[in-house]
Amino acid sequence: MSIPVRPILSALTRHKAGVFLIALQVALTLAIVANAIFVISQRVIYISRPSGIDESNIVVVDNRWVGALTPGQAQTKTAADLAMLRQLPGVADAYADYSFPAAGPWATVWGISLEANQKSPTSFSEPYFTDEHALATYGVRLVAGRNFAAEEVTPGSQLEQSTRGPIIITQDLAKKLFPTELSLGRVVYVGGIARTIVGVISDMEVPAVSTRSFAYRSVLSPVRLADAGGDQYIVHASPGQAEHVRRTVAAALYQVSRLRVIDAIDGVQSFHALRSKAYSRDRGLVILLSTASIILLLATAGGIIGIMVFWVDERRRQIGLRRALGAKRSDILAHILTENFLIIFLGISVGSLLAFTVNLALMQYLEMARLPTTYIALGSALLLILGQCAALTPARRAARMSPMEATRAAIG
Amino acid sequence: MFTYYFNLGMRSLSRNVVITGLMILLIAVGVAGSITTYALLSAVSADPLPLKSRQLFIPQIDNRGADRVTNDGEPDPELTLRDVIELRANREATGQAAIYPIYLSAVPTDTRIEPVAAKGYAVTADFFRMFLVPFQYGSVWSKQDDDEGSNAVVIGRDLNQKLFRGENSVGRELPLEGHVYRIAGVMTEWNPLPRFYAVADVQGFERSPQVFLPFQRAINLKIPTAGSTFCALNYQGKGWDDLVRSECSWISFWVELPEAKAITRYRSFLSAYAEDQRANGRFNWPAYTRLRDLDQWLQYMKVVPSEVRISFIVALGLLLVCTVNTIGLLLARFMRRGPDIGIRRALGASRRAIYAQYLVEAAVIGLAGGLLGVLLTLCFIGSLDLVFEAKIARIVHSDASTMALAVALAILVAVIAAAYPVWRASRIQPAWQLKTE
Repeated sequence: MSIPVRPILSALTRHKAGVFLIALQVALTLAIVANAIFVISQRVIYISRPSGIDESNIVVVDNRWVGALTPGQAQTKTAADLAMLRQLPGVADAYADYSFPAAGPWATVWGISLEANQKSPTSFSEPYFTDEHALATYGVRLVAGRNFAAEEVTPGSQLEQSTRGPIIITQDLAKKLFPTELSLGRVVYVGGIARTIVGVISDMEVPAVSTRSFAYRSVLSPVRLADAGGDQYIVHASPGQAEHVRRTVAAALYQVSRLRVIDAIDGVQSFHALRSKAYSRDRGLVILLSTASIILLLATAGGIIGIMVFWVDERRRQIGLRRALGAKRSDILAHILTENFLIIFLGISVGSLLAFTVNLALMQYLEMARLPTTYIALGSALLLILGQCAALTPARRAARMSPMEATRAAIG
Repeated sequence: MFTYYFNLGMRSLSRNVVITGLMILLIAVGVAGSITTYALLSAVSADPLPLKSRQLFIPQIDNRGADRVTNDGEPDPELTLRDVIELRANREATGQAAIYPIYLSAVPTDTRIEPVAAKGYAVTADFFRMFLVPFQYGSVWSKQDDDEGSNAVVIGRDLNQKLFRGENSVGRELPLEGHVYRIAGVMTEWNPLPRFYAVADVQGFERSPQVFLPFQRAINLKIPTAGSTFCALNYQGKGWDDLVRSECSWISFWVELPEAKAITRYRSFLSAYAEDQRANGRFNWPAYTRLRDLDQWLQYMKVVPSEVRISFIVALGLLLVCTVNTIGLLLARFMRRGPDIGIRRALGASRRAIYAQYLVEAAVIGLAGGLLGVLLTLCFIGSLDLVFEAKIARIVHSDASTMALAVALAILVAVIAAAYPVWRASRIQPAWQLKTE
């Protein structure tokens, strides 16, 4: 069956306004939807990046000490808390740190160099201050080397801690520092001070949620952290016990000492809850853009149906005439669908250019990346399929018209 | 005549229910989306202090040269303690506010009450006057308290409620972190969002600050900042003393400069200061300073999240597509009624009359879209917290003027969309229409 494109084209020139309106709507929709899908896909990748830790079993306690503690007092009290936590039923392990994976917006950044007085560091990274319990607490895998020994871990605080001693790094950081060689046992420099890599662990996200280029380059430094103000207790619950631990841990800590503040609302939270809060802005944008895109696509489909139905009704007599002259139902169907295809194609062509223009503007004002052509292709395919589906109802209606229509009155 | 057309319009709504419903729904969605995101955008970018935003300035000094920590080549957004002390010696400004966030805990004298977290800021006395902080009881501490760093404290309404059951607690004692403070004032609820006076400090809490200590007091007690500290890469300092000697910046510093002359003088004072630092060997790069007013500062710090802008742009795009859609649907609707129009014209109706009738009909559709749009806007604003963080979502409120704006916008969209279809309708030739009947 050959489709007569020429007569369809010349018929379309009789409906310039309608053609223009559908094409314009398709173009605008494509420009918005292609960019929206692009932003959505980027944010989804970002949101769903794995933390690398045993997420579902981790509970974080934000502990604040009351009163001005000396560093020694802070150490004693933190040690007492951790000893209690490790004994608590339902708790597998625990340690104290200033932060945890994807905790929030701000970062402590370390530059790691291969030479003592290198000008710019080989890689950026973000540190954790950990004792010998951290690996078990996070459930990260030791890929090579060993964990810290208890005697290697030195007492310290965020303001004052040892800058010496061995370090454990993630696989991602190891690959960046030593792409071809083994990193175990090698010496690297942090702020000009030599540190020996004693262990390599499976990838674990850094504390700053906004870090993109070195999100898995974490460094573990052996510090028994105890800040005078208090720290975060990272608690690894036994399988299935996380919710129980989350509810009971604050009371257990208050039993050790009442001179502390654990916020009743958000002092104890599951890692899942904390993480979803950290990424809430991105998730919100994904929801918003998806909703807007669906509404846009539905609106466009509705618009196409509305105009096409009108056209079909308007051309009742002509369609009846064609049928009377021997055109089959399928010919009429093909005619309407081809007509629709041509209009949408026109819209898509203009829309592709428009999508790039919108992208350029967004790049300038909103720090967006360049739109890859695949997203335009995806958006175009979506609109073509949607457009044809939308045209199906009016096209069927046209095909159903009897040749008798030719003799009846016109639109009414 | 208008009422007649209005009635005709109302009646024709029931014709082609599906298409009419679609048009109304699209106008409503487009309008509700635009109005909601507009309300959000204007709420987050609203001037927090309309009376003073042109008089409050943030000085920045480049104390890093090539090793800047900001990635746009600008000086740090905060200052070092030594720069704050030096700048405060200048008497050009009519107000100077040094601010940094602190996180303390209060132990009630009544032992039955659990210790409570007390988050807030260490500030100089000028802070309260410069940022128009409202007091319920008492007022700010004295100039002498400020200079000596005495044990005065200003607390928030919630803390006062918790510890003193909301009574006038001025003059009473409050133990904080092992020291006893004397309450100088109690604020009424004061929690402007975004927290414009300390934008560079992210603390991750949105509840209103409850404790304000004299800046000098916090420094004397070496209370560390609970906010951001901007240090050189691999800063290796140990403890408070290293920190205050280092080039790490961690204090927000504001000056009040009421008139143009003072601004110019302060600008030259600031660059002279940086030049001095270069002369005495602290900086080995050309003096580089900035003085932004509150407005420029909020823009520079990107206080309006890009997500809010993106959503506004998307909503406008949606409205545009809905408008084009409405044009198409109205065109189809009006052209379908060609015979009616033909008869009316043949019976003597002028083009103007046709124009008026169909514009009113479009406006009726717009009105219906607007009313539905108001409902949708209420739903959207109510569910903003699904999409934005609570601290952003919470500052948008639906008021009557927003709702009126929604209805007006919907009618405007419908009338603009109707312009071309109405024009086409009015061009219908009576003779031709009658012939085809």
